[in-house]
Amino acid sequence: MALITVKELSLGYDNIEIANNINFSVSQGDYLCIVGENGSGKTTLMKTLLGLKDPLRGQILTGDGLMKNGIGYLPQHTDVQKDFPASVKEIVLSGCQSHCGFKPFYSRKDKELANENMEKMGITHLKGRSYRQLSGGQQQRILLARALCATRKILLLDEPVSGLDPEATYEMYRLIEKLNKENVAVIMISHDIDSALAYATHVLHMGSDVFFGTRAEYLESRLGKRYLETLGGGEIA
Amino acid sequence: MIVKLFMYLEYPFVRYAIIVGVLIALCSSLLGVTLVLKRFSYIGDGLSHVAFGAMAIATVLKLTNQMVLILPVTILCAVVLLRTGQNAKIKGDAAIAMISVGALAFGYMLMNVFSTSSNLTGDVCSTLFGSTSILTLTKWEVWLCIALSVVVVITFALLYNKIFAVTFDEDFAKAVGTNADAYNLVIAVVIAVIIVLAMNLVGSLLISALVIFPALSAMRLFNSFRKVTLFSAAFSVVCALLGLFISILWGTPVGSTIVTVDVFAFFLCWMVGACLGGIKR
Repeated sequence: MALITVKELSLGYDNIEIANNINFSVSQGDYLCIVGENGSGKTTLMKTLLGLKDPLRGQILTGDGLMKNGIGYLPQHTDVQKDFPASVKEIVLSGCQSHCGFKPFYSRKDKELANENMEKMGITHLKGRSYRQLSGGQQQRILLARALCATRKILLLDEPVSGLDPEATYEMYRLIEKLNKENVAVIMISHDIDSALAYATHVLHMGSDVFFGTRAEYLESRLGKRYLETLGGGEIA
Repeated sequence: MIVKLFMYLEYPFVRYAIIVGVLIALCSSLLGVTLVLKRFSYIGDGLSHVAFGAMAIATVLKLTNQMVLILPVTILCAVVLLRTGQNAKIKGDAAIAMISVGALAFGYMLMNVFSTSSNLTGDVCSTLFGSTSILTLTKWEVWLCIALSVVVVITFALLYNKIFAVTFDEDFAKAVGTNADAYNLVIAVVIAVIIVLAMNLVGSLLISALVIFPALSAMRLFNSFRKVTLFSAAFSVVCALLGLFISILWGTPVGSTIVTVDVFAFFLCWMVGACLGGIKR
């Protein structure tokens, strides 16, 4: 069974529909890339999947042992975080909050999990450093480690490489790919269509026409061809 | 000078003032970090004006125990402000400005129309700047203040990790199933309690200072949330004690003395932070 199945979903704000008839599913090990123009509802879809917003219509079903709060989320940076005094360790540990329930403090197991994920992301040496003083690439790895503390099954990444330099971007894609190979499903919103398509197994195209299928199907489809042409990135097929 | 200080400490009202002053400084600094980071710095000012308005109503109604009215009204407004903060129709800062100015005007008008004393300007001035009220505390008020402070500190300690998570990244916290709205509500209620407490010390207008300065000073020097929180608590307590002693010895107004000490200490932290930062880089 799929981890997430979306049926006949309509999205929007205050009853104004911005996207409708969205159908797709994500299974273990999938790498789904969500593409589309600005304003096509990509971020809204992400927020709806996370339960931060209610859908206008339609259903989101979780299966395969995935709990609603078992999704690891890598959000875009917020203003608050720019000058937030927080150490790397504190931030990664906050990914464990869903295991806590009403317990006020983190357990030893949570701390071990946080250490393990910092190791995995190669940021153990930054443990005591302040988040606000680190580079964009390092910050993204910290937030990814935090997301991993919240899940073992599925990651939702909202523009994970925006604002990163080419080297950090490559590094980030490589880390995500590594996690995906370890059987973590990935859902990623991206503007960087070339690289996104290089790694994705499935594509969800949002806009006036909605497309969902495997990468190969997308590259063959009329919608996919047209989109890649306008972006001038057809050569990767 | 020390002898003179000990002489003053013989008086119970001086001891009360010191106990209450230190407790309020501690409580307000704890949540200050969160408020500053959440861009809610001005909620302290807004709510203190609400508390002023409520106090005016209580005075007009000739309530002997004004807390009974002030506390619920301020908590209610804190909750309302927080709700509007999440609702896009009236943004957070506009809502705070609206309630704050409204309550201030309403309170002053009430006091003016139903004036009970001949020295109205003096009365208003002392409620706003808290020049004398900390020296006129009753035993009951001191105990109430101690009890509420204990509740605030315990609540904060138990919710510390949740407060960090919700402040740092509300969306992430919600996505992993933390009830961010509930914690925001708790934060709002605690803030309201602290502000009502603090009104006795520094008065309505200077409460913001007590919330903001410790947090900003700590953020100049430290980089982790835990250290910033601990330092701002210590900073606030030390400044409050220093301010109280100065005002006892030289007879300066309590509230503004404490805030002045806070301001100087902030600049000190700023300079130290700049020097240390300069060396590190």
